[in-house]
Amino acid sequence: MTGVAMNGADMMGQAERRTIVRSVRRTARIGFGLLALMFVYLTYTWFAFDVPTLIDSAKPERAALLATDSVAYKVHVTRMLRRGTTAIAVEGERTATYSTPPDWIATDGDVLTVDLDDGYVARVFPTSVILDVPNYGSIRIAVQDGRVITDLPPGNRPDWLRVNDVKFDARPDLKRRVQVSRAKIEVHRYFLGWENFFFPFNSPLKAYSFGELLSLTFSAARLDPEVANWHLIYRTFWENPDWQHGNVFVALLETLLMAVLGTFTAALVALPLAFLAARNFTPSRTLRFFVRRLFDFVRGIDMLIWSLIFIRAFGLGPLTGALAIAFTDTGTLGKLFSEALENTDRKQVEGVSATGASKLQIYRYGVIPQILPIFISQGFYYLESNTRSATVIGALGAGGIGLMLVETIRTSRDWENTLYIILLTILLVIAMDAVSMRVRRRLTGGTTPP
Amino acid sequence: MTAAETLRDEILQMKRRRQLYSAGILVFLIAIVAGGYDQANDMNSGNFLNGLTQFFDYPGEIVAEAWDAGADFPALLVRFLPALIETLNIAAVASILGGLGAMVFAFLGASNLSVWPPLVPVARRMMDVMRAFPELIIALFLIYVLGTSPVPAMIAVAFHTTGALGKQFSEVNENIDSRAVEGLGACGASWLQRMRFGVLPQVLPNYLSYFMLRFEINVRASAILGFVGAGGIGTELRRTIGWGQGSGDETAALFVLLIFSIFLIDQLSSWMRQRISRTEAVT
Repeated sequence: MTGVAMNGADMMGQAERRTIVRSVRRTARIGFGLLALMFVYLTYTWFAFDVPTLIDSAKPERAALLATDSVAYKVHVTRMLRRGTTAIAVEGERTATYSTPPDWIATDGDVLTVDLDDGYVARVFPTSVILDVPNYGSIRIAVQDGRVITDLPPGNRPDWLRVNDVKFDARPDLKRRVQVSRAKIEVHRYFLGWENFFFPFNSPLKAYSFGELLSLTFSAARLDPEVANWHLIYRTFWENPDWQHGNVFVALLETLLMAVLGTFTAALVALPLAFLAARNFTPSRTLRFFVRRLFDFVRGIDMLIWSLIFIRAFGLGPLTGALAIAFTDTGTLGKLFSEALENTDRKQVEGVSATGASKLQIYRYGVIPQILPIFISQGFYYLESNTRSATVIGALGAGGIGLMLVETIRTSRDWENTLYIILLTILLVIAMDAVSMRVRRRLTGGTTPP
Repeated sequence: MTAAETLRDEILQMKRRRQLYSAGILVFLIAIVAGGYDQANDMNSGNFLNGLTQFFDYPGEIVAEAWDAGADFPALLVRFLPALIETLNIAAVASILGGLGAMVFAFLGASNLSVWPPLVPVARRMMDVMRAFPELIIALFLIYVLGTSPVPAMIAVAFHTTGALGKQFSEVNENIDSRAVEGLGACGASWLQRMRFGVLPQVLPNYLSYFMLRFEINVRASAILGFVGAGGIGTELRRTIGWGQGSGDETAALFVLLIFSIFLIDQLSSWMRQRISRTEAVT
């Protein structure tokens, strides 16, 4: 700071220098004052949001669980103690039960030896389990007289064990888990990947490789005599009960439809209204005032309230979301368009009217070419931001991918499904962003409108 | 045929082609909108025409119940004031933190300030991703991990704000008059001094006007995220709406608070922006 002032000092009078330094100091003081104010405000909100309690009550293990669960799947080995039945199934689902045990499970009469990898082995007997833990020893858990009895090896008890009379739960790390209750023994082993992503567990198509599937698609010999091969493959994939590709796709389409319809409608309605709100096209002050207040009104009500009203009136679906977006953005776009119209160049309009053009021709050749790039670029900018809004409106209850996301998170059953939906949503929004940016760059050089 | 006639024919042909294109695009647009509405109407659980007749039922119901509440209505407004303040706090903190992050990214992402050239494209891509990332997803994830609290919404909105404001800020940075910076450089000013005396005075007014606009957007976003469980006025709204009939007066009070505060912030921000651009024009 002083370096700059010193260099200039020779040229300026002492008094001038002092004035400049004083004004610089004054702005610096204002700046620091504002920073201090901001700091005070942030401290206030730190306590208003109750961040200390939040840090205490946060469940970071949920984040870890979510992270592993969304990229891994588990195979359940379940023994029902009362009925004496045993089942090996992906995610414990009845539709995904192994008829012959996978190679990491050895059966010997009533005894199952489950290799849990990394030296962990669980031996499942009719009413008890022995869990071998490396560097610790063998834990024996038995169910007797309606109680869960646990024998631990000597030494310190590890903190990943939860033991009481009715339940035993061991989760040494994220890759394996053993639970025993009075009714059943359950052993989980985790595997990386998204299981049955393409075809359901028991589909005959699962046995084929990608190349074989490709040749099957074009072969005349039918796997299923009822339908053609390509149709069978498509249907099996699309109707996969675990991943529901079809439903997810329809939900994405609904969200996209909300955004596209809402934005287009808003733009088409806002354009003629914008002429009525622009000073240089509408001489009537009352009419202008009225139209501008209308823009303020629909904008001020906010998308949240519009959505709630439309959900009540039209129920679940893309129409609801489209109308909520259309109403809010008619106000926003109308305001922007009318400002653009007021900034149009008079010279072009006068030039066209000097040729004896009619009023309609003046608009067509004098005004529209000037505002069309702004009109389209603003429209596309809002199309992108509305795709994001449409996911939120969906979550409020209008349907589409937003609602699907909220529901899968709320049931918190299969996080890999949630991750799948999240990835597709992000892809959709980023694709819309790229399209909108490309169009805007071609039209106006790509500046971001406010 | 003379040269003038050929030219005229060419222009006429071009005009016809243009008209054909415009008409084609218009027809295409209308077809999308019409087909889309038809499709949307099919997918919707409620029918458009039925809905239209019921459109005023709900607002009417709310207004009627608010009217019945009569003298108790102002008390309801006061009762929900803390919820409104919470929503405003979410938006304000998100705007401040996002704005600070945006300033960092804007300086890194501006090609003319040469903070560190290899970082320019990286910073820009990161801003694009942050801007495009749906707030809902971050909010839902954080609500799951942190529990119901204003903080998840705040972080989600701040994340988006960093990207959105960062892009606008970096455009402001790229449009500055470079003479001030060069002059300072010629006097031997350090990088920090050039930024402090050459860049900041030029960009801060524009930053402020974009910031005010973003604050208004963030108030709306915070209210809406409250509805999925992030606290504030949105959570209260979900509660009163979930109760159904009989709580219309409370819903109306929340609507009034939200609309009024958005209107106020809108007016304040446009007044401030006008003042800023006016002082800009004078100096």
